[in-house]
Amino acid sequence: MPTRTYAGKTVEVNEEGFMLNPADWTKEIAVEIAKEEGIETLTEAHWKVIDFCRQAGLASGKAPTLRTITTGAGVPTKELFTLFPKGPAKKVARIAGLGKPEGCV
Amino acid sequence: MADEPRKIAFICSKGNLDMAYPALIMGWAALGNGVDVTIFFTFWGLDLINKARVDHLEIPPVANTSMKMSMMGIPGNLGIPNIMGVLPGMTAFATALMKKKMNELGVPPVREYIQMLADAGAKLYACKMTVDMMGLKKEDFLDGVQDIVTASDFIDMTEGAQIIFI
Repeated sequence: MPTRTYAGKTVEVNEEGFMLNPADWTKEIAVEIAKEEGIETLTEAHWKVIDFCRQAGLASGKAPTLRTITTGAGVPTKELFTLFPKGPAKKVARIAGLGKPEGCV
Repeated sequence: MADEPRKIAFICSKGNLDMAYPALIMGWAALGNGVDVTIFFTFWGLDLINKARVDHLEIPPVANTSMKMSMMGIPGNLGIPNIMGVLPGMTAFATALMKKKMNELGVPPVREYIQMLADAGAKLYACKMTVDMMGLKKEDFLDGVQDIVTASDFIDMTEGAQIIFI
């Protein structure tokens, strides 16, 4: 499996760059992956979404879908698409150190 | 050119409840993956964005050979006879069943879905010819609908897009 180094830590990732082991994740890693995804600064609003995804992901073993995020974290759709523009589903999951989201809604 | 996002356009021409969902689900998935989405509602598809109709979409069991008893929990591959499908209440029953199953999967109702798509940046348009034929106006449509456009407009605005007809 390929590896990547973020914030001085080497982690295993899949072909699409999703981290394989969510336990390796740190906030510093999230900041670096966010930069790769074109998000220069993670604000409090970003962290609210990421923290929710971490909780939901660790509880269920799967990355939450967009609708799970909007309803669960109480972040409106518009805001979610503004915080993580051009494809929030994969971006959020990658930044939160989870796999590709499963589920269609 | 490499920076241009992929574009997908859906043409929704059907107003039955089961035919409402494909574009909504695929459109939402596309937006989540950063794909540009346009949806053109034409003919019966206008029911999906018509304020008076959107909450009353139905699925008819008549002439639908895919409707099996197993959907109601009766095992096997037994079909619902078409003659039964014409009984009063059968359409309402099938509709209620589908809505219940969708709800259990966490799939939102069509009205809410249209709003989600609009909030996520999908461009939603009503077909001018059908709108004129049915005597509808812009005010008859949900807020997420941007405009009433001609077929020619649609062709122009979907240059380079992958087009899916439903």
